[in-house]
Amino acid sequence: MSSPEQPTKRITSSQFRVRLRARHLTGTLFVALAMIGTTIGVVLLAVLLFEVARDGVRFLSLDFLNSFPSRKPELAGFKSALWGSIWLITFTALWAFPLGVGAAIYLEEYASKNRVTSLIQINVSNLASVPSIVFGLLGLQLFVRGTVGIGPDFGGFGRSVLAGSLTLALLILPVVIVAAQEAIKAVPSSTREASYGLGATRWQTIQHHVLPQALPGIMTGTILAIARAIGETAPLIVLGAFTFVAFTPSGVLDSFTAMPIQIYSWTSRPQADFQDLAASGILVLLFVLLTMNTIAVFLRHRFGHLTKN
Amino acid sequence: MFLTSCGGNDNNVSTSSSAASSGTITIDGSSTVFPITEAVAEEYRSINPNTRVVVGVSGTGGGLKKFCAGDTDISNASRPIKPEEAKLCADAGIAFTEILVGLDGLAIVTSSSNDFLSDGITREQLKMIFEPEAEGKITRWNQVNAAWPDSEIEIFAPDTDSGTFDFFTDEINGHEGLSRADYTASSDDNVLVIGISGGKSTIGYFGYAYYTENADRLKLLAVDGVLPNDGTVSDGSYSLARPLFIYARNSALIEKDYVQDFIRYHLSDDTDYLISEAGYTAPSSEQRAEARHAFEDALGGHSH
Repeated sequence: MSSPEQPTKRITSSQFRVRLRARHLTGTLFVALAMIGTTIGVVLLAVLLFEVARDGVRFLSLDFLNSFPSRKPELAGFKSALWGSIWLITFTALWAFPLGVGAAIYLEEYASKNRVTSLIQINVSNLASVPSIVFGLLGLQLFVRGTVGIGPDFGGFGRSVLAGSLTLALLILPVVIVAAQEAIKAVPSSTREASYGLGATRWQTIQHHVLPQALPGIMTGTILAIARAIGETAPLIVLGAFTFVAFTPSGVLDSFTAMPIQIYSWTSRPQADFQDLAASGILVLLFVLLTMNTIAVFLRHRFGHLTKN
Repeated sequence: MFLTSCGGNDNNVSTSSSAASSGTITIDGSSTVFPITEAVAEEYRSINPNTRVVVGVSGTGGGLKKFCAGDTDISNASRPIKPEEAKLCADAGIAFTEILVGLDGLAIVTSSSNDFLSDGITREQLKMIFEPEAEGKITRWNQVNAAWPDSEIEIFAPDTDSGTFDFFTDEINGHEGLSRADYTASSDDNVLVIGISGGKSTIGYFGYAYYTENADRLKLLAVDGVLPNDGTVSDGSYSLARPLFIYARNSALIEKDYVQDFIRYHLSDDTDYLISEAGYTAPSSEQRAEARHAFEDALGGHSH
């Protein structure tokens, strides 16, 4: 019951236009639009996958994974490219993960909020959108040749797995840092306060409470960043990855080729068979990507589950 | 085991104690020459499995830049080295030997459905179509030859990054890089093939190998009455053929017996079939002899 001394302004049904039909129509239109958006994406992907699979399935076999590149399409294989990419990605992760997570912990948990910190923060975000070829040029000077024009010249690592992985690590570092920061931010501050309340130090709090809770998010971010790095061609070409390599790396200072480079080389050949080989290469690359993304989902689920108990 | 192939480092240290002829040969450069080098490297591997040959594709110019910085042992080039590049090498104290490894006939092509270019084309007519002055003006075939129909000239040709473009413009328009710009350009020759075969009044150019692989949908044009083939490219009667080179660093030849061994194999007649398989014309026996002579000269008294 409304009190009589507070007269409310009533909207009469004559003023309020229901327009039920129009509102429902707008709703239906929006659903249709959203569905079209989704469908276009899915259909395009399906067409692409179908095209690639149709061309690529012919050469896909264990021999393909176990042979080195050849001028004869029926003998040509993906071995050096596949293993080159695996070496490259393993070391990229090895450099990028500790550096990225370390930077994120510092920025979120230790750094005081001042101008320097926000300057660093802005630069990290900007670096995430710098074209990858720029990182290739940086890697060529810094890691391959070992000179930047200023300071000592240390000789460089040559066109090696080490130089390639360091460059790719720089490339994905901003993405890893931002992802790790977001994951750390998502840990409720009540957790930290409870830990401090029990007398834990800052590092103990981070070590036992913040990091374990943030880990699934950090892992997912890192793996997705690495998955991006595995498809990168431009920086590797700039810093001088090779196209014909008939061995797999046996050390970080070995020369290498990578999956996208081999695929690119095959697509530019005049012979139609090489185009199909490129499609087979794309299928292998997609499979590796899918595996990595599956691992990301699995880790998120697994660690997420552990910390809740 | 760690194998290094560092830039500027001539001593490829191998901790394995295999035969003297083992190490890594670093090659980079032209994508046109790449199929030849790949084929030779692949065959060489069965002769001498201890030697690792790695081949990169950074283009003729990019490859020579690395070569003159001492990064590579051999550089692939689809044109002779330019004076300014040679100066770069000289400044870095890098002496080199130029070795001719093949010839690439440039194919002038139209679609197989074209019915008026069967008699071929002249260099004069090519210039009329491709020179910078033609831009926006020469757009119909009957402007080039009154006997040809009044249909649009559809041009599909390599883009300005391509060595093929450099060679064609130099040969036809008289100056490297000088060309009309209002045409469909691509760095991917397979895209050009699709474009040219798609119409009736199209024209374009690319390496001969891309014609042979798509001969069913393309028509090869005689230039000044000469069709490109191994014979006319080799004896020079087809005028639009370019030489393909490898440049070898002399210090690598002298100090690394496996580089020497690889080049010696490359120069032997055994590799002729590899060159034709890659879609190019092998050098004539005189050209081979000349190249071998230059190679022995570079070795001087250092032959192993």
